Amino acid sequence: MKRLLILGAGTAGTMMANHLSHELKNKDWEITIVDEQIKHYYQPGYLFLPFDIYEPKDIVKYIEEFIPKGVKLIKSKIDIIHPKENRVTLSGGEQLPYDILIIATGASIAPEEISGMKDKEWQRSVFDFYTFEGALALRNKLRKWEGGKLVVHITEMPIKCPVAPLEFAFLADSYFKSKNMRDLVEITYVTPLSGAFTKPKATKALDHLLEEKNIHLETDFAIEHINNENKTIVDYSGREISFDLLVTVPTNKGDELIARSGMGDELNYIPTHKATLQSKNYDNVFVLGDASDIPASKAGSVAHFAAEILTENILRFMKGESLKAEFDGHANCFIETGNGKALLIDFNYTHEPEEGSFPFPGIGPLSLLKETRINHMGKLAFRWIYWNMLLKGTHIPFVSGSMQE
Amino acid sequence: MTHTKLIGERAISVNDEGYLTDYAQWDAQVAETLAKEINIELTPKHWAVLKFLQEQYKNEVALNIRRIGSSGVVDIKEFYQLFPQGPLKTSTKIAGIPKPASCI
Repeated sequence: MKRLLILGAGTAGTMMANHLSHELKNKDWEITIVDEQIKHYYQPGYLFLPFDIYEPKDIVKYIEEFIPKGVKLIKSKIDIIHPKENRVTLSGGEQLPYDILIIATGASIAPEEISGMKDKEWQRSVFDFYTFEGALALRNKLRKWEGGKLVVHITEMPIKCPVAPLEFAFLADSYFKSKNMRDLVEITYVTPLSGAFTKPKATKALDHLLEEKNIHLETDFAIEHINNENKTIVDYSGREISFDLLVTVPTNKGDELIARSGMGDELNYIPTHKATLQSKNYDNVFVLGDASDIPASKAGSVAHFAAEILTENILRFMKGESLKAEFDGHANCFIETGNGKALLIDFNYTHEPEEGSFPFPGIGPLSLLKETRINHMGKLAFRWIYWNMLLKGTHIPFVSGSMQE
Repeated sequence: MTHTKLIGERAISVNDEGYLTDYAQWDAQVAETLAKEINIELTPKHWAVLKFLQEQYKNEVALNIRRIGSSGVVDIKEFYQLFPQGPLKTSTKIAGIPKPASCI
């Protein structure tokens, strides 16, 4: 029996467990997946939780519900990967040797990277919404908040789902309007980028929306520290922006396990071939999802598209065939724009989001880069697709791993 | 769109934002001219940063502020002092390399 080991049972790891158990039925491979958590969070739902659009029960399920029969699930913290010895040590000391390793340990926030962020104002007037606890604490704060200066802020790139902070600002505008207190809230969007988004064409559309919603934009802001006394964020050039409520996206980093194992860059991301998803340093190690350093968005849609190509490559690797260099960085994101509308964008390593339409199963073609109600329905329908199709590795009709050009 | 720009009597190609489109056209005179346009007088420290940026570019390493801060060449504060107003954007322009897509 040969051994295939998957580290991490989040979106990426779970999809791989499903794809591979399907492909390797009755073959000589034993598949094991390890995660220290018992719950699986629908991370796109963190955006809706603070605004009381979703409740916790909508976005939390148990990991084991999504791991197929025939795949062994181990609930344990992982101590270290020994890539040169083809084995992983769990925190209890148990050794897991492997023939093929898939690392899908993701990325998470590291507020301690910025001086004054995880300080006395943390979860009082300084919040994140990239964790379940953070989004929930922010919901409770927003329910009682009486208004003032709301600053929505990105610490540094790359971050998971680069559009989420913008969506947060748009939804905040709607939220305060529906509470009849929009005039009591000044919304400022602060980014280290030179515009609202990372791709110029989408930035143009989004800059316009910010203006329309009276959201002030501050660009090129590289935060140095947060002043907890004056409640200001200060950047390296000395620029200061004051806040009553700061919703920040802290620095995102790969898992500490990657640093302990000496396998990552300065943000703990693993050097990975962007078209094959094979690790640059170890031939039998593959990396899927946010854990890699590929220049694609850190987003579930990217992991989904990449998983199809990685499955093929793992099967080829098992047979000793050369890998397919096919992953093109395809990402596909709904952008909530508030008031029950959304935009949809579709892009990859080389192609920027364009206008046009995108086939979407069950709903029909959706407009790209245009604000519509049906795109918003698509975003809400996506939660069902995520739990019932995406994690299980079911092929979504009409949606291929590579972008249609 | 590429445009032609004169450095002394020599023509180089730049894009809409003023970044060189052909790194082979870069030399010290190009750097000094571009720096002067934004009121920067290049010191040895500036040159050390430019050299670091170009090495990263040749090795296809993506650039971001954090990576420069941990380079051992400058810390982030010094980087801002050397290249005020968007240090990553201005320093890469002077170094003759593409504007970093630190942002995906």
